[in-house]
Amino acid sequence: MRSHKLTARRLTLYGMMIALAFVFSYLEHLIPFNIGIPGVKLGLGNIVVLLSLYTLGTSGAFLIAVLRILLIGLTFGGMFSMFYSLAGGLLSFTIMALLKRWKIFGVTGVSICGGVCHNVGQLIVAMLVLETGSVWYYFPVLLVTGALTGTAIGAAGALMTARLQKYIHG
Amino acid sequence: MEKKRWIGKRDLWLLVILLAAGGIGMLILFLRPDTVDGEVEIAVSGTIVETLPLSEDTRLVISGANDGENILVIEDGKAYMESASCPDGICVRHTPISKDGESIICLPNQVVVTVRGGEKRDVDAVA
Repeated sequence: MRSHKLTARRLTLYGMMIALAFVFSYLEHLIPFNIGIPGVKLGLGNIVVLLSLYTLGTSGAFLIAVLRILLIGLTFGGMFSMFYSLAGGLLSFTIMALLKRWKIFGVTGVSICGGVCHNVGQLIVAMLVLETGSVWYYFPVLLVTGALTGTAIGAAGALMTARLQKYIHG
Repeated sequence: MEKKRWIGKRDLWLLVILLAAGGIGMLILFLRPDTVDGEVEIAVSGTIVETLPLSEDTRLVISGANDGENILVIEDGKAYMESASCPDGICVRHTPISKDGESIICLPNQVVVTVRGGEKRDVDAVA
């Protein structure tokens, strides 16, 4: 069993993970990646969430996933984008954690589902707020791009996890 | 120990299924013809405030929720958002819309611009 005591090592590790997530999200802001359909994005930050999920465990990864969104939201976006990121991030994290626990997919499959669920979470909230189903119009596009970026992010996450596993553990 | 490969068999199946499902959906979406006599319906906070024909070039200032403002342009039968008061600008980067059901949404200002109108149907043309 993992101990849940907050040690200096643990604190440093979490700090580094959040910093890394922050850098990835910043990088993503710098890269112009726009095909004219809202919701299409790389999701670089998810590399860190995946890495945390497979090395630190569910609770640690959850902390990092949520803090990352709050920090990025307060720094780059507004309250609105933060709210929607949180909706996407929470659904995405829940599904990824469950799929990992059930061992249905490997890191890449978990990442693909996480990417698609991030979009789904945001669309659900948008649909409820705006009371219109038309937010789902472009969903097929998001399925394709989510699957592709999810694969790339998952591959990166899998490679990082394999190499860093012996150094990082909760 | 689990296999060290970055993508497993089931992951690959998931990818293929999602790509196929999304691909088919995209084909249906993009092969749809532009609307004929289409209109754009502008809704703020769920209430339709204005309906404009896609055939007339116009420029409209929409006052959205929370004192937000969006500028909608209709040009060559397509509608796009020229500018928005929100910091994200997601609606401004949205591709121009012209097909029935397509919409541009500005979440912070709660503005939804939707295309409504009959599709050009070959069946009708023949009949």
